[in-house]
Amino acid sequence: MSLQAMSFLVVGLTFALYIGIAIWARTASTSEFYVAGKGINPVANGMATAADWMSAASFISMAGLIAFLGYSGAAYLMGWTGGYVLMALLLAPYLRKFGKFTVPEFIGDRFYSKTARVIAVISLLVISITYVIGQMRGVGIAFSNLLNVPITIGLVSGMVVVFIYAVFGGMKGITYTQIAQYCVMIFAYTVPAVFIALQLTGNPIPQLALGSTAVGTDTFLLEALDNTLVDLGFAAYTSLSGMSQLNMFLLTLSLMIGTAGLPHVIVRFFTVPKIRDARKSAGWSLVFIAILYTTAPAVGAMAMWNFVNTVQPGEVGAETGNIQVDELPEWTERWQQTGLLVFEDKNNDGRIQYYNDQNEEFAAMAEEEWGWEGNEVTTLDRDIMVLANPGIAGLPNWVIALVAAGGIAAALSTAAGLLLAISSAISHDLLKGVWMPNISERGEMRAARISMAGAILLAGYLGLNPPGFAAEVVALAFGLAAASLFPVLMMGIFMKSMNKQGAIAGMLAGLISTLLYIFVFKGWFFIPGTNMLPDSADYWLFGINTGSFGAVGAGINFLVAYLVSRVTAGTPEHIKAMVEEVRVPRAA
Amino acid sequence: MSEPQRDTALQSQRQEYWSKNLRIIFGCLVVWAFVSLGLGILLAEPLNALSLGGYPLGFWFAQQGSIYTFLVLIFFYAWRMNKLDKEFEVDEE
Repeated sequence: MSLQAMSFLVVGLTFALYIGIAIWARTASTSEFYVAGKGINPVANGMATAADWMSAASFISMAGLIAFLGYSGAAYLMGWTGGYVLMALLLAPYLRKFGKFTVPEFIGDRFYSKTARVIAVISLLVISITYVIGQMRGVGIAFSNLLNVPITIGLVSGMVVVFIYAVFGGMKGITYTQIAQYCVMIFAYTVPAVFIALQLTGNPIPQLALGSTAVGTDTFLLEALDNTLVDLGFAAYTSLSGMSQLNMFLLTLSLMIGTAGLPHVIVRFFTVPKIRDARKSAGWSLVFIAILYTTAPAVGAMAMWNFVNTVQPGEVGAETGNIQVDELPEWTERWQQTGLLVFEDKNNDGRIQYYNDQNEEFAAMAEEEWGWEGNEVTTLDRDIMVLANPGIAGLPNWVIALVAAGGIAAALSTAAGLLLAISSAISHDLLKGVWMPNISERGEMRAARISMAGAILLAGYLGLNPPGFAAEVVALAFGLAAASLFPVLMMGIFMKSMNKQGAIAGMLAGLISTLLYIFVFKGWFFIPGTNMLPDSADYWLFGINTGSFGAVGAGINFLVAYLVSRVTAGTPEHIKAMVEEVRVPRAA
Repeated sequence: MSEPQRDTALQSQRQEYWSKNLRIIFGCLVVWAFVSLGLGILLAEPLNALSLGGYPLGFWFAQQGSIYTFLVLIFFYAWRMNKLDKEFEVDEE
């Protein structure tokens, strides 16, 4: 069977599975729609959370990011997993005990203020909408690059499937499809990784293979990779590069705090029956996430190893050390057609050189000694590092088809979680909570389904016509989650004296300072050319880049909230009693 | 016991439960920060002089070890808190 036919078959089967689940898991009540009736088993919820959390970026882009950053890529690995410790220890059990449906609802009740609730809704909408654009884009890209289907058709079919299970099934439908999507995703990720690990080191477990010797040599894989990259003028793979230690520290911390403050993930812990389930479920989520996150460093390093050795099979600088243009392996042709990989024989020697021509000293030496006239791999998209893996390893077509289905599953599962967070903020927090408190349950259900449908259309539209800042949104979403939501959630539980004024001032201060810092360097609302300072280390405050600022914004939020709460009226007694109740598992 | 006495007893019990919880959280977060931000970032370079198999040790903590540590921490906290809940008889039926 051709690759194309095989891919359609595999992707079609997974879509049929998701729709089947949707029909089985229809919902009748708002409780089922928002939090799956609080009846999800903690291990199952862990698996759904893992799929909810791991987006197209985790599945397709992260290993490539690590491949190019080397050691420094650990900021993403630690940031995106370490946040679960914060969530499990500081938020999940208490918010579950509170027992309502949404994150803004907790903020509104705890700080006895509709204003606080509305600010929380605004943060939630900005975070979730920016995030969902990337997911819809991811669905389209997976279709166009792996199935040769135009982005529009891919995106629309993805929207239809999400529509079916999210609008009718709500949180219940989403949860069970996410479990199925996790299985597809993790299988698609680990199978190529295991084969590549076997080929390179003889050890099938990627986590161990990365610490093993390369097949047929006594040299450790990482050591050999370090040496080759240094020979080509790059930084060693295992050393800090691409960012300062301060930025790596703050980026890691920002991603950790941001992860713990993402509403679509927090709300997953509202779906389990008990407090102790919420504690345990966070652990299971991380187990399922860690399977992918500890494999990714191996995938990244091995993809880099494979790529460098494909282009540079012989000694660096030797006349026959580089691959001849007409001998490039077959998998490279496919990716050249997509434009994600571009070769250009600049010095017309019929061979391809891949090296760091930004390293002036090395570039000058290479030109002088070997006649290299610039890096000839002019485009090497980081997404290829995962997408091309099965091709590089020479795996059969069904594995390539599986990777397509996995990428789509990763994007759809995250999109569905975000869409639910968006629609419940609108129907439950704004409509029922602020505008129409007397709306009936049936009316609220209808509103929830309509806002879900509206959110899907909006996300689809933005996915097709991405605003210019699509690449910047990750920093924005995590920075805002860290700076606006996490601190007030934590203070709401751990500081009885934190009052309405403090929480509102804190959220606004965190939100505004982070937005301003990003806009000053990236342009107002990301409009190119409107930035007030150049986006480079010389101008950053204390050398902190925009992606790492979320941790600072969170600090500002804490500080402002504390100071304001000290000089304003105390928390009312009934709120203090509520906090007391939230702190113990047994219902009073 | 009269009503107000029982209330105060319950109050101080709750307070003790909470301060024990806070101590456990604090301990876990110290380990959390030390392994990831400490061993994985601030101390990574000197640690790279040592190795674990073919992994330089600092690199291993940053890309593997810290994630395993996070896992152990969450399950430890869940186990420890379930025990504490039973001790103070605030566990769910």
